[in-house]
Amino acid sequence: MKIKITTKELKSDFAKEVKERSGIDVKKCYQCGKCTAGCPVAYEMDYMPNQIIRFVQLGLRREALTSRTIWLCASCITCSTRCPKEVKIAELMDVLREMALEEGVANPMEKNITTFHEAFLNSVKKHGRISEFWMLSEYKRKRPKTALQDIEIGPQLMLKGKLSLTPHDIKGKKSIKRIFEKFK
Amino acid sequence: MTEETKKTKIGYYPGCAITKCSTSEEYGTSVLGVSRVIGPELVEIDDWNCCGASSAHATNHKLSTALSVRNISLAEKDGYDEVLAPCPMCSQRLIISQNDVHEDKKLREEVEDAIEMPISSNVKVSNYLEIIKNYSMDEIAEKRKKKPEGLKVASYYGCLLVRPPKILKFDDPENPTTMDEIVTAIGAEAVDWEFKTNCCGGGFTLSRPNVVVKLTHDILEGAADAGANAIAVACPMCHANLDMRQKNIEKEYGRRFNIPIVYISELIGLALGLKPKDLGMDKHFIDTDFVVDAFSNIEE
Repeated sequence: MKIKITTKELKSDFAKEVKERSGIDVKKCYQCGKCTAGCPVAYEMDYMPNQIIRFVQLGLRREALTSRTIWLCASCITCSTRCPKEVKIAELMDVLREMALEEGVANPMEKNITTFHEAFLNSVKKHGRISEFWMLSEYKRKRPKTALQDIEIGPQLMLKGKLSLTPHDIKGKKSIKRIFEKFK
Repeated sequence: MTEETKKTKIGYYPGCAITKCSTSEEYGTSVLGVSRVIGPELVEIDDWNCCGASSAHATNHKLSTALSVRNISLAEKDGYDEVLAPCPMCSQRLIISQNDVHEDKKLREEVEDAIEMPISSNVKVSNYLEIIKNYSMDEIAEKRKKKPEGLKVASYYGCLLVRPPKILKFDDPENPTTMDEIVTAIGAEAVDWEFKTNCCGGGFTLSRPNVVVKLTHDILEGAADAGANAIAVACPMCHANLDMRQKNIEKEYGRRFNIPIVYISELIGLALGLKPKDLGMDKHFIDTDFVVDAFSNIEE
Protein backbone atom coordinates (compact mmCIF):
# COMPACT_ATOMS: atom_id res chain seq x y z
CA MET A 1 0.00 0.00 0.00
CA LYS A 2 1.35 3.41 -0.99
CA ILE A 3 0.03 6.61 0.51
CA LYS A 4 1.54 10.04 -0.12
CA ILE A 5 2.24 11.97 3.04
CA THR A 6 2.65 15.73 3.01
CA THR A 7 4.97 17.61 5.38
CA LYS A 8 1.89 19.40 6.66
CA GLU A 9 0.34 16.07 7.69
CA LEU A 10 3.56 14.85 9.28
CA LYS A 11 3.75 18.00 11.34
CA SER A 12 0.07 17.98 12.25
CA ASP A 13 -1.20 17.53 15.78
CA PHE A 14 -3.57 14.65 14.99
CA ALA A 15 -1.93 12.18 17.38
CA LYS A 16 -1.79 14.86 20.06
CA GLU A 17 -5.44 15.71 19.56
CA VAL A 18 -6.40 12.04 19.89
CA LYS A 19 -4.34 11.80 23.07
CA GLU A 20 -5.92 14.90 24.57
CA ARG A 21 -9.43 13.62 23.87
CA SER A 22 -8.95 10.02 24.95
CA GLY A 23 -5.68 9.65 26.82
CA ILE A 24 -4.55 7.13 24.20
CA ASP A 25 -0.91 7.47 23.18
CA VAL A 26 -0.51 5.95 19.71
CA LYS A 27 3.22 6.72 19.78
CA LYS A 28 3.67 3.69 22.04
CA CYS A 29 2.70 1.35 19.18
CA TYR A 30 5.68 -0.31 17.45
CA GLN A 31 3.54 -1.93 14.76
CA CYS A 32 3.85 -5.58 15.76
CA GLY A 33 0.43 -6.32 14.24
CA LYS A 34 -0.91 -8.41 17.11
CA CYS A 35 -4.13 -6.35 17.09
CA THR A 36 -4.73 -7.18 13.44
CA ALA A 37 -3.86 -10.85 13.95
CA GLY A 38 -6.60 -11.26 16.55
CA CYS A 39 -9.24 -8.98 15.02
CA PRO A 40 -12.38 -11.00 14.14
CA VAL A 41 -13.56 -8.43 11.59
CA ALA A 42 -10.18 -7.62 9.94
CA TYR A 43 -11.18 -9.66 6.86
CA GLU A 44 -13.94 -7.15 6.14
CA MET A 45 -11.94 -3.95 6.75
CA ASP A 46 -10.38 -1.58 4.21
CA TYR A 47 -7.37 -0.94 6.45
CA MET A 48 -6.03 -3.23 9.15
CA PRO A 49 -6.27 -2.02 12.78
CA ASN A 50 -2.48 -1.52 13.02
CA GLN A 51 -2.62 0.58 9.84
CA ILE A 52 -5.22 2.83 11.43
CA ILE A 53 -2.81 3.38 14.33
CA ARG A 54 -0.05 4.13 11.82
CA PHE A 55 -2.30 6.73 10.14
CA VAL A 56 -2.77 8.47 13.47
CA GLN A 57 0.97 8.28 14.21
CA LEU A 58 1.74 9.90 10.85
CA GLY A 59 -0.97 12.55 10.98
CA LEU A 60 -3.02 11.00 8.17
CA ARG A 61 -6.30 12.34 9.44
CA ARG A 62 -8.38 11.84 6.31
CA GLU A 63 -7.28 8.22 5.84
CA ALA A 64 -8.16 7.35 9.41
CA LEU A 65 -11.44 9.22 9.74
CA THR A 66 -12.88 8.22 6.37
CA SER A 67 -11.94 4.55 6.71
CA ARG A 68 -14.60 1.85 6.84
CA THR A 69 -12.49 0.08 9.47
CA ILE A 70 -13.44 2.41 12.31
CA TRP A 71 -17.10 1.51 11.78
CA LEU A 72 -16.49 -2.20 11.29
CA CYS A 73 -14.70 -2.51 14.62
CA ALA A 74 -17.13 -4.56 16.73
CA SER A 75 -15.66 -3.27 20.03
CA CYS A 76 -14.79 -6.80 21.14
CA ILE A 77 -11.62 -5.35 22.73
CA THR A 78 -9.48 -8.38 21.83
CA CYS A 79 -6.86 -5.99 20.38
CA SER A 80 -6.52 -3.81 23.48
CA THR A 81 -6.43 -6.91 25.69
CA ARG A 82 -3.54 -8.47 23.79
CA CYS A 83 -1.51 -5.35 22.90
CA PRO A 84 2.02 -5.72 24.33
CA LYS A 85 2.30 -1.93 24.64
CA GLU A 86 -1.15 -1.53 26.21
CA VAL A 87 -2.43 0.74 23.46
CA LYS A 88 -6.20 0.88 23.78
CA ILE A 89 -6.96 0.19 20.13
CA ALA A 90 -10.68 -0.53 20.45
CA GLU A 91 -11.10 2.64 22.50
CA LEU A 92 -9.11 4.50 19.82
CA MET A 93 -11.73 3.38 17.28
CA ASP A 94 -14.40 5.00 19.50
CA VAL A 95 -12.69 8.37 19.49
CA LEU A 96 -12.01 8.21 15.74
CA ARG A 97 -15.68 7.45 15.07
CA GLU A 98 -16.68 10.35 17.26
CA MET A 99 -14.32 12.67 15.35
CA ALA A 100 -15.50 11.37 11.97
CA LEU A 101 -19.11 12.17 12.89
CA GLU A 102 -18.22 15.61 14.22
CA GLU A 103 -16.41 16.42 11.00
CA GLY A 104 -19.11 14.89 8.80
CA VAL A 105 -16.68 12.54 7.07
CA ALA A 106 -18.00 9.14 8.14
CA ASN A 107 -17.59 6.67 5.25
CA PRO A 108 -20.94 6.46 3.36
CA MET A 109 -20.28 2.78 2.58
CA GLU A 110 -21.00 1.99 6.24
CA LYS A 111 -24.15 4.10 6.42
CA ASN A 112 -26.11 1.11 7.75
CA ILE A 113 -23.95 1.09 10.85
CA THR A 114 -24.13 4.84 11.52
CA THR A 115 -27.89 4.85 10.88
CA PHE A 116 -28.35 1.98 13.34
CA HIS A 117 -26.54 3.96 16.05
CA GLU A 118 -28.70 6.98 15.23
CA ALA A 119 -31.97 5.05 15.45
CA PHE A 120 -30.86 3.36 18.67
CA LEU A 121 -29.96 6.63 20.40
CA ASN A 122 -33.11 8.37 19.14
CA SER A 123 -35.14 5.73 20.94
CA VAL A 124 -33.18 6.22 24.17
CA LYS A 125 -33.56 9.99 23.86
CA LYS A 126 -37.29 9.74 23.34
CA HIS A 127 -38.22 7.11 25.91
CA GLY A 128 -35.24 6.67 28.21
CA ARG A 129 -35.14 3.03 27.13
CA ILE A 130 -35.03 1.14 23.88
CA SER A 131 -38.26 0.39 22.11
CA GLU A 132 -37.02 -2.37 19.84
CA PHE A 133 -39.97 -2.18 17.46
CA TRP A 134 -39.76 1.58 16.86
CA MET A 135 -35.99 1.55 16.72
CA LEU A 136 -36.21 -1.14 14.02
CA SER A 137 -38.86 0.82 12.13
CA GLU A 138 -36.75 3.98 12.09
CA TYR A 139 -33.72 2.03 10.90
CA LYS A 140 -35.64 0.29 8.10
CA ARG A 141 -37.29 3.56 7.05
CA LYS A 142 -33.93 5.29 6.78
CA ARG A 143 -32.26 2.33 5.07
CA PRO A 144 -35.01 1.15 2.70
CA LYS A 145 -32.64 -1.29 0.98
CA THR A 146 -32.61 -3.35 4.18
CA ALA A 147 -36.42 -3.55 4.27
CA LEU A 148 -36.59 -7.15 3.10
CA GLN A 149 -33.60 -8.36 5.04
CA ASP A 150 -34.66 -10.65 7.91
CA ILE A 151 -38.29 -10.17 6.94
CA GLU A 152 -39.17 -13.53 8.53
CA ILE A 153 -37.66 -12.71 11.93
CA GLY A 154 -39.98 -9.82 12.92
CA PRO A 155 -43.25 -11.80 12.77
CA GLN A 156 -41.64 -14.73 14.63
CA LEU A 157 -40.57 -12.38 17.42
CA MET A 158 -44.09 -10.97 17.56
CA LEU A 159 -45.62 -14.45 17.75
CA LYS A 160 -43.34 -15.25 20.69
CA GLY A 161 -44.43 -12.01 22.37
CA LYS A 162 -40.92 -10.59 22.14
CA LEU A 163 -41.55 -7.42 20.17
CA SER A 164 -43.82 -4.87 21.79
CA LEU A 165 -45.43 -2.02 19.90
CA THR A 166 -45.87 0.03 23.04
CA PRO A 167 -42.76 1.88 24.12
CA HIS A 168 -42.03 2.14 27.83
CA ASP A 169 -41.38 5.73 28.88
CA ILE A 170 -39.41 6.19 32.07
CA LYS A 171 -40.51 8.79 34.63
CA GLY A 172 -37.20 10.59 34.37
CA LYS A 173 -37.52 11.19 30.62
CA LYS A 174 -36.69 14.83 31.19
CA SER A 175 -33.37 14.07 32.82
CA ILE A 176 -32.46 11.83 29.87
CA LYS A 177 -33.32 14.68 27.46
CA ARG A 178 -31.09 16.93 29.55
CA ILE A 179 -28.16 14.49 29.22
CA PHE A 180 -28.64 14.41 25.43
CA GLU A 181 -28.88 18.21 25.27
CA LYS A 182 -25.72 18.64 27.28
CA PHE A 183 -23.64 16.16 25.31
CA LYS A 184 -24.86 16.85 21.78
CA MET B 1 -34.28 -4.76 58.09
CA THR B 2 -31.64 -6.94 59.70
CA GLU B 3 -27.99 -6.75 58.71
CA GLU B 4 -28.22 -10.20 57.13
CA THR B 5 -31.10 -9.44 54.76
CA LYS B 6 -29.60 -6.09 53.83
CA LYS B 7 -26.44 -7.87 52.79
CA THR B 8 -28.10 -10.19 50.33
CA LYS B 9 -30.46 -7.69 48.73
CA ILE B 10 -29.07 -6.64 45.40
CA GLY B 11 -30.16 -3.85 43.06
CA TYR B 12 -31.41 -5.31 39.79
CA TYR B 13 -30.62 -3.48 36.56
CA PRO B 14 -32.28 -5.52 33.81
CA GLY B 15 -31.44 -3.25 30.88
CA CYS B 16 -33.69 -3.00 27.84
CA ALA B 17 -33.11 -6.32 26.09
CA ILE B 18 -34.20 -8.69 28.85
CA THR B 19 -37.33 -7.01 30.17
CA LYS B 20 -40.80 -8.46 29.43
CA CYS B 21 -41.88 -8.30 25.77
CA SER B 22 -38.29 -7.74 24.59
CA THR B 23 -36.19 -9.89 22.30
CA SER B 24 -34.31 -11.59 25.17
CA GLU B 25 -37.02 -11.64 27.81
CA GLU B 26 -36.35 -15.29 28.71
CA TYR B 27 -33.01 -14.24 30.18
CA GLY B 28 -34.70 -11.82 32.60
CA THR B 29 -37.50 -14.30 33.35
CA SER B 30 -35.07 -17.09 34.20
CA VAL B 31 -32.68 -14.88 36.22
CA LEU B 32 -35.58 -13.71 38.40
CA GLY B 33 -37.13 -17.19 38.61
CA VAL B 34 -33.84 -18.72 39.78
CA SER B 35 -33.22 -15.95 42.31
CA ARG B 36 -36.60 -16.62 43.91
CA VAL B 37 -35.44 -20.16 44.69
CA ILE B 38 -31.79 -19.74 45.59
CA GLY B 39 -31.40 -15.98 46.10
CA PRO B 40 -29.95 -13.47 46.39
CA GLU B 41 -33.02 -11.25 46.47
CA LEU B 42 -33.12 -8.92 43.48
CA VAL B 43 -34.99 -5.61 43.59
CA GLU B 44 -35.35 -3.56 40.43
CA ILE B 45 -33.72 -0.13 40.51
CA ASP B 46 -36.43 2.48 40.27
CA ASP B 47 -36.72 4.25 36.91
CA TRP B 48 -33.48 2.94 35.42
CA ASN B 49 -32.60 4.05 31.88
CA CYS B 50 -30.83 2.47 28.91
CA CYS B 51 -27.03 2.39 29.30
CA GLY B 52 -26.67 3.57 25.68
CA ALA B 53 -24.99 0.28 24.75
CA SER B 54 -22.59 0.19 21.80
CA SER B 55 -24.36 2.98 19.94
CA ALA B 56 -23.54 5.54 22.63
CA HIS B 57 -19.92 4.56 23.29
CA ALA B 58 -19.20 4.19 19.57
CA THR B 59 -20.33 7.72 18.82
CA ASN B 60 -20.28 9.89 21.94
CA HIS B 61 -18.14 9.05 24.97
CA LYS B 62 -19.60 11.63 27.36
CA LEU B 63 -23.18 10.71 26.49
CA SER B 64 -22.36 7.05 27.02
CA THR B 65 -20.75 7.77 30.38
CA ALA B 66 -23.64 9.90 31.65
CA LEU B 67 -26.35 7.44 30.56
CA SER B 68 -24.57 4.58 32.33
CA VAL B 69 -23.54 6.41 35.46
CA ARG B 70 -27.06 7.75 36.09
CA ASN B 71 -28.16 4.19 36.87
CA ILE B 72 -25.39 3.65 39.39
CA SER B 73 -26.34 6.88 41.15
CA LEU B 74 -29.98 5.77 41.22
CA ALA B 75 -28.89 2.46 42.75
CA GLU B 76 -26.98 4.25 45.47
CA LYS B 77 -29.98 6.49 46.11
CA ASP B 78 -32.08 3.33 46.57
CA GLY B 79 -29.50 2.11 49.10
CA TYR B 80 -27.79 -0.76 47.27
CA ASP B 81 -24.12 -1.66 47.68
CA GLU B 82 -24.21 -4.02 44.74
CA VAL B 83 -26.03 -4.07 41.42
CA LEU B 84 -26.62 -7.05 39.15
CA ALA B 85 -26.71 -6.26 35.44
CA PRO B 86 -27.31 -9.66 33.76
CA CYS B 87 -26.70 -8.21 30.29
CA PRO B 88 -22.91 -7.97 29.84
CA MET B 89 -23.28 -5.01 27.49
CA CYS B 90 -24.88 -3.17 30.41
CA SER B 91 -22.50 -4.44 33.09
CA GLN B 92 -19.48 -3.63 30.94
CA ARG B 93 -20.74 -0.12 30.13
CA LEU B 94 -21.65 0.58 33.75
CA ILE B 95 -18.27 -0.58 35.06
CA ILE B 96 -16.22 1.21 32.37
CA SER B 97 -18.16 4.45 32.91
CA GLN B 98 -17.72 4.20 36.66
CA ASN B 99 -13.99 3.72 36.06
CA ASP B 100 -13.78 6.63 33.57
CA VAL B 101 -15.37 9.18 35.90
CA HIS B 102 -13.12 7.92 38.69
CA GLU B 103 -10.02 8.56 36.60
CA ASP B 104 -11.05 11.86 35.02
CA LYS B 105 -12.10 14.61 37.41
CA LYS B 106 -13.27 16.96 34.69
CA LEU B 107 -15.45 14.28 33.12
CA ARG B 108 -16.84 13.49 36.55
CA GLU B 109 -17.91 17.08 37.10
CA GLU B 110 -19.49 17.38 33.67
CA VAL B 111 -21.39 14.12 34.13
CA GLU B 112 -22.57 15.03 37.63
CA ASP B 113 -23.91 18.27 36.24
CA ALA B 114 -25.70 16.43 33.43
CA ILE B 115 -27.34 13.77 35.60
CA GLU B 116 -28.00 16.20 38.46
CA MET B 117 -26.91 13.65 41.01
CA PRO B 118 -23.66 12.94 42.80
CA ILE B 119 -21.69 10.06 41.30
CA SER B 120 -21.27 7.07 43.54
CA SER B 121 -18.05 5.15 43.59
CA ASN B 122 -19.12 2.66 46.24
CA VAL B 123 -21.68 0.62 44.33
CA LYS B 124 -20.27 -2.61 42.90
CA VAL B 125 -21.66 -3.64 39.52
CA SER B 126 -21.66 -7.41 38.95
CA ASN B 127 -22.43 -9.68 36.04
CA TYR B 128 -24.67 -12.73 36.41
CA LEU B 129 -21.88 -15.32 36.57
CA GLU B 130 -20.22 -13.39 39.41
CA ILE B 131 -23.47 -13.25 41.37
CA ILE B 132 -24.03 -17.00 41.02
CA LYS B 133 -20.43 -17.82 41.90
CA ASN B 134 -20.31 -15.47 44.89
CA TYR B 135 -23.71 -16.19 46.40
CA SER B 136 -25.36 -19.29 45.05
CA MET B 137 -23.02 -22.24 44.40
CA ASP B 138 -23.86 -23.90 47.74
CA GLU B 139 -27.58 -23.29 47.21
CA ILE B 140 -27.40 -24.91 43.77
CA ALA B 141 -25.76 -28.02 45.25
CA GLU B 142 -28.29 -28.08 48.06
CA LYS B 143 -31.49 -27.45 46.09
CA ARG B 144 -30.67 -29.26 42.87
CA LYS B 145 -33.58 -31.53 41.98
CA LYS B 146 -32.75 -32.84 38.53
CA LYS B 147 -29.62 -34.23 36.99
CA PRO B 148 -29.23 -33.78 33.25
CA GLU B 149 -28.36 -36.81 31.18
CA GLY B 150 -26.17 -36.65 28.11
CA LEU B 151 -25.99 -32.86 28.15
CA LYS B 152 -22.65 -31.61 26.85
CA VAL B 153 -22.44 -27.87 27.21
CA ALA B 154 -20.01 -25.45 25.58
CA SER B 155 -19.83 -22.33 27.78
CA TYR B 156 -19.71 -19.30 25.55
CA TYR B 157 -18.66 -16.05 27.28
CA GLY B 158 -18.24 -13.72 24.29
CA CYS B 159 -16.47 -10.39 24.67
CA LEU B 160 -18.20 -8.20 27.17
CA LEU B 161 -17.97 -10.36 30.29
CA VAL B 162 -14.20 -10.55 30.22
CA ARG B 163 -12.84 -7.58 28.26
CA PRO B 164 -11.29 -5.13 29.07
CA PRO B 165 -9.84 -7.37 31.83
CA LYS B 166 -8.00 -4.66 33.77
CA ILE B 167 -11.22 -2.73 34.34
CA LEU B 168 -13.74 -5.57 34.62
CA LYS B 169 -11.46 -7.74 36.77
CA PHE B 170 -13.50 -10.86 36.07
CA ASP B 171 -12.04 -14.27 35.22
CA ASP B 172 -9.38 -14.97 32.59
CA PRO B 173 -9.90 -13.06 29.31
CA GLU B 174 -8.54 -15.89 27.13
CA ASN B 175 -9.83 -18.92 29.01
CA PRO B 176 -12.55 -18.06 31.52
CA THR B 177 -13.96 -20.92 33.62
CA THR B 178 -16.74 -19.48 35.83
CA MET B 179 -19.60 -20.57 33.56
CA ASP B 180 -17.99 -24.02 33.13
CA GLU B 181 -17.95 -24.35 36.94
CA ILE B 182 -21.67 -23.56 37.06
CA VAL B 183 -22.37 -26.05 34.24
CA THR B 184 -20.50 -28.72 36.23
CA ALA B 185 -22.33 -27.76 39.44
CA ILE B 186 -25.71 -28.49 37.84
CA GLY B 187 -24.46 -31.91 36.77
CA ALA B 188 -23.90 -31.35 33.04
CA GLU B 189 -20.67 -31.99 31.19
CA ALA B 190 -18.59 -28.86 30.50
CA VAL B 191 -17.02 -29.22 27.06
CA ASP B 192 -13.51 -27.88 26.57
CA TRP B 193 -13.41 -25.77 23.40
CA GLU B 194 -11.58 -22.92 21.78
CA PHE B 195 -14.17 -20.24 21.05
CA LYS B 196 -15.16 -19.22 24.58
CA THR B 197 -14.33 -15.55 24.13
CA ASN B 198 -14.54 -15.11 20.35
CA CYS B 199 -16.77 -12.28 19.15
CA CYS B 200 -20.24 -13.07 17.70
CA GLY B 201 -20.50 -9.73 15.90
CA GLY B 202 -22.62 -8.27 18.70
CA GLY B 203 -24.53 -5.21 17.61
CA PHE B 204 -23.99 -5.77 13.88
CA THR B 205 -26.97 -8.09 13.67
CA LEU B 206 -29.04 -5.53 11.72
CA SER B 207 -26.43 -3.34 10.10
CA ARG B 208 -23.90 -6.02 9.02
CA PRO B 209 -25.66 -9.39 9.20
CA ASN B 210 -23.01 -10.94 6.91
CA VAL B 211 -20.37 -10.36 9.59
CA VAL B 212 -22.60 -11.91 12.25
CA VAL B 213 -23.32 -14.96 10.06
CA LYS B 214 -19.61 -15.63 9.55
CA LEU B 215 -18.60 -15.14 13.18
CA THR B 216 -21.50 -17.16 14.62
CA HIS B 217 -20.82 -19.92 12.10
CA ASP B 218 -17.25 -20.21 13.38
CA ILE B 219 -18.46 -20.36 16.99
CA LEU B 220 -21.16 -22.98 16.29
CA GLU B 221 -18.68 -25.05 14.32
CA GLY B 222 -16.17 -24.84 17.17
CA ALA B 223 -18.78 -26.01 19.67
CA ALA B 224 -20.17 -28.80 17.46
CA ASP B 225 -16.73 -30.13 16.55
CA ALA B 226 -15.75 -30.19 20.24
CA GLY B 227 -18.74 -32.49 20.86
CA ALA B 228 -21.13 -30.03 22.50
CA ASN B 229 -24.87 -30.54 22.05
CA ALA B 230 -25.85 -27.23 23.64
CA ILE B 231 -24.25 -23.83 24.08
CA ALA B 232 -24.69 -21.87 27.31
CA VAL B 233 -24.59 -18.08 27.21
CA ALA B 234 -25.02 -15.17 29.61
CA CYS B 235 -25.48 -12.40 27.05
CA PRO B 236 -28.63 -11.37 25.12
CA MET B 237 -26.68 -10.40 22.01
CA CYS B 238 -24.67 -13.63 21.91
CA HIS B 239 -27.95 -15.47 22.37
CA ALA B 240 -29.84 -13.59 19.67
CA ASN B 241 -27.05 -13.97 17.14
CA LEU B 242 -26.40 -17.67 17.79
CA ASP B 243 -30.06 -18.62 18.13
CA MET B 244 -31.62 -16.59 15.32
CA ARG B 245 -28.92 -16.93 12.67
CA GLN B 246 -28.67 -20.71 12.34
CA LYS B 247 -30.97 -20.74 9.30
CA ASN B 248 -28.89 -18.07 7.53
CA ILE B 249 -25.76 -20.01 8.42
CA GLU B 250 -27.15 -23.19 6.90
CA LYS B 251 -27.93 -21.30 3.70
CA GLU B 252 -24.50 -19.70 3.56
CA TYR B 253 -22.30 -22.61 4.68
CA GLY B 254 -24.44 -25.65 3.96
CA ARG B 255 -24.11 -27.03 7.47
CA ARG B 256 -27.13 -27.48 9.70
CA PHE B 257 -26.14 -27.16 13.36
CA ASN B 258 -29.50 -27.05 15.13
CA ILE B 259 -27.73 -26.51 18.46
CA PRO B 260 -29.95 -25.12 21.22
CA ILE B 261 -28.56 -21.90 22.72
CA VAL B 262 -29.56 -21.62 26.36
CA TYR B 263 -29.00 -19.05 29.03
CA ILE B 264 -27.01 -20.31 31.99
CA SER B 265 -29.91 -19.10 34.17
CA GLU B 266 -32.27 -21.41 32.25
CA LEU B 267 -29.96 -24.37 32.89
CA ILE B 268 -29.81 -23.57 36.61
CA GLY B 269 -33.61 -23.24 36.64
CA LEU B 270 -34.09 -26.63 34.98
CA ALA B 271 -31.73 -28.24 37.49
CA LEU B 272 -33.73 -26.67 40.32
CA GLY B 273 -36.86 -28.25 38.87
CA LEU B 274 -38.51 -25.06 37.62
CA LYS B 275 -41.05 -25.44 34.81
CA PRO B 276 -39.50 -24.92 31.34
CA LYS B 277 -42.25 -22.47 30.43
CA ASP B 278 -41.59 -20.38 33.53
CA LEU B 279 -37.99 -20.07 32.35
CA GLY B 280 -38.98 -18.95 28.85
CA MET B 281 -37.70 -22.12 27.16
CA ASP B 282 -40.50 -21.79 24.59
CA LYS B 283 -39.24 -18.38 23.45
CA HIS B 284 -36.22 -19.62 21.50
CA PHE B 285 -35.83 -19.92 17.73
CA ILE B 286 -33.93 -23.20 17.93
CA ASP B 287 -36.05 -25.78 19.72
CA THR B 288 -34.91 -26.42 23.30
CA ASP B 289 -36.79 -29.72 23.85
CA PHE B 290 -33.57 -31.69 23.78
CA VAL B 291 -32.19 -29.67 26.71
CA VAL B 292 -35.47 -29.78 28.65
CA ASP B 293 -35.75 -33.57 28.15
CA ALA B 294 -32.19 -34.07 29.40
CA PHE B 295 -33.44 -32.88 32.79
CA SER B 296 -36.24 -35.43 33.17
CA ASN B 297 -34.51 -37.56 35.83
CA ILE B 298 -35.19 -36.69 39.44
CA GLU B 299 -31.95 -36.79 41.40
CA GLU B 300 -31.72 -39.51 44.02
